[in-house]
Amino acid sequence: MKLVIAIIKPFKLEEVRDALVAIGVHGMTASEVKGYGRQKGHTEIYRGAEYVVNFLPKIRVEVAVPSDRVEKVVDTIIESAKTGQIGDGKIFVTAIDQAVRIRTGETDVDAL
Amino acid sequence: MKTAITAARIASAVAAATSMAFAASPALAEGTASKIDAADTAWMISASALVLMMTIPGLALFYCGMVRKKNVLATMAQSFACTMLCSLLWFAFGYSLSFVGDGPWLGTLERLFLRGTSMEATSTLAPTIPELLFMFYQMTFAIITVALVGGAVADRMRFSAFLWFAAGWLILVYVPIAHWVWGGGFLAKAGVLDFAGGTVVHLNAGVAGLVAAYVVGKRHGYGNENFAPYDLSLAVIGTGLLWVGWLGFNGGSALGAGARAAFAITATHLAASTGALTWMFLEWWTRGKPSVLGMISGAVAGLGTITPASGFVLPWHGVVIGLIAGAVCFWACTWLKLKFGYDDSLDVLGVHGVGGATGTLLTGVFAVGVLSASPETPAGSTGLLEGNPRQLLIQLYGVVVVLIWSGVLTYVLLKVIGFLVPLRVSEQHEIEGLDLTQHGEALQ
Repeated sequence: MKLVIAIIKPFKLEEVRDALVAIGVHGMTASEVKGYGRQKGHTEIYRGAEYVVNFLPKIRVEVAVPSDRVEKVVDTIIESAKTGQIGDGKIFVTAIDQAVRIRTGETDVDAL
Repeated sequence: MKTAITAARIASAVAAATSMAFAASPALAEGTASKIDAADTAWMISASALVLMMTIPGLALFYCGMVRKKNVLATMAQSFACTMLCSLLWFAFGYSLSFVGDGPWLGTLERLFLRGTSMEATSTLAPTIPELLFMFYQMTFAIITVALVGGAVADRMRFSAFLWFAAGWLILVYVPIAHWVWGGGFLAKAGVLDFAGGTVVHLNAGVAGLVAAYVVGKRHGYGNENFAPYDLSLAVIGTGLLWVGWLGFNGGSALGAGARAAFAITATHLAASTGALTWMFLEWWTRGKPSVLGMISGAVAGLGTITPASGFVLPWHGVVIGLIAGAVCFWACTWLKLKFGYDDSLDVLGVHGVGGATGTLLTGVFAVGVLSASPETPAGSTGLLEGNPRQLLIQLYGVVVVLIWSGVLTYVLLKVIGFLVPLRVSEQHEIEGLDLTQHGEALQ
């Protein structure tokens, strides 16, 4: 099992979700986060006072999938989240040691 | 029994009507000069409500939208507290010392706790409305002026110290100046024109704000940390309420329901619109984007600047004054402030102080005699454009006197309060936020 973590632009969330559902992903977690990479931040001006805002709003999507599905999921996220502009985000993939569905007690791939 | 009473009532009503109908008409005309007028009274009750709305919730929203999330409630609390505190002080003696008696320096205590404001009582300053209503209307001005000052020390002043300051400032600064300019004091006698508060309200609050910002000191992290506003949409709503309320502020300063009020609200509205557009375009031009904060700042700048002139000028003067207001206040907030490095949190000086002074001087330029003509002064108050350059000097005199009194007394008052209690919160509390440390509440 793998955990795919994608940091995407907030307005791309629905597109990514729809694309993942279309390839058979049943569930995911999304959270509002702040961060920056190469995009750095932006400048805000309030009555002449300039503030550099480093942390920009992003969405962090987490999807747990069987190992053989990782490539498909990653490709789907890239396809749906890409605008070609700086700041599109990143995808990280890590291993999952264990998964449990709380309601039934099912474990690992059965729990996904 | 009941029928008998009704019949008696009808009979007395008929008798009264008959005697009125047959009364000699000159006597009737003479009597109306100091009689309470229903239309004037109705308008002034409405105007009083509008001006009160400017502080709660208008100014409270305008200000709280511009501070950081941790200080939103504390900023609203300042406006609210000013309303409560100043109302009671105005009732106790503020009104009497400001508007009763025409001594050069201060009024009298004749209306202490409003004694003597009977059903028939009127003020010589507003002869067609009940004196109690005139008192109430002026109370709403006292409230907002003190509340305006709070914006300069937002984010760091202790609430208890602010309460002491608000009470002391109302008594030592607002009350004398209101008397000098509006209550028949020496500035009124010198001929200073201030229709609705360019000196008394805006310049006064702006100068006090600057001094208070200086005495209380800069906010922790000023110049390094991000002080971006929490929620400018609140400030936009607040500005809308201020703008609408300002029709009562300037229109009501005609103290009656007549053409002068119509002139005042028209000039006011046009100045606000022009001020907002001017600031917006200047910002667009110099900074690349027309910010919403810029638009609302320009609107308030236009409103504050037209205030002293509103009942003395024509509609197109309002447009010119709004244009100047937008430019001058934009310069004050984006250049002057950075140049001198004072931390006037919400630009009370830059918007209200500079606007109030500019508008007071421009009143001396644009005043049109016909708007203020009365049986006593048939020529009315004229300005430079009508061939009366002296008025401009008189206006300057008014500005300088208010500037000095407000600046010096605010400084002394804060030093005295600062000697008794700490003026600002501890650094730790400032970092945690005033909502939590001063009021025990927080936005989630």
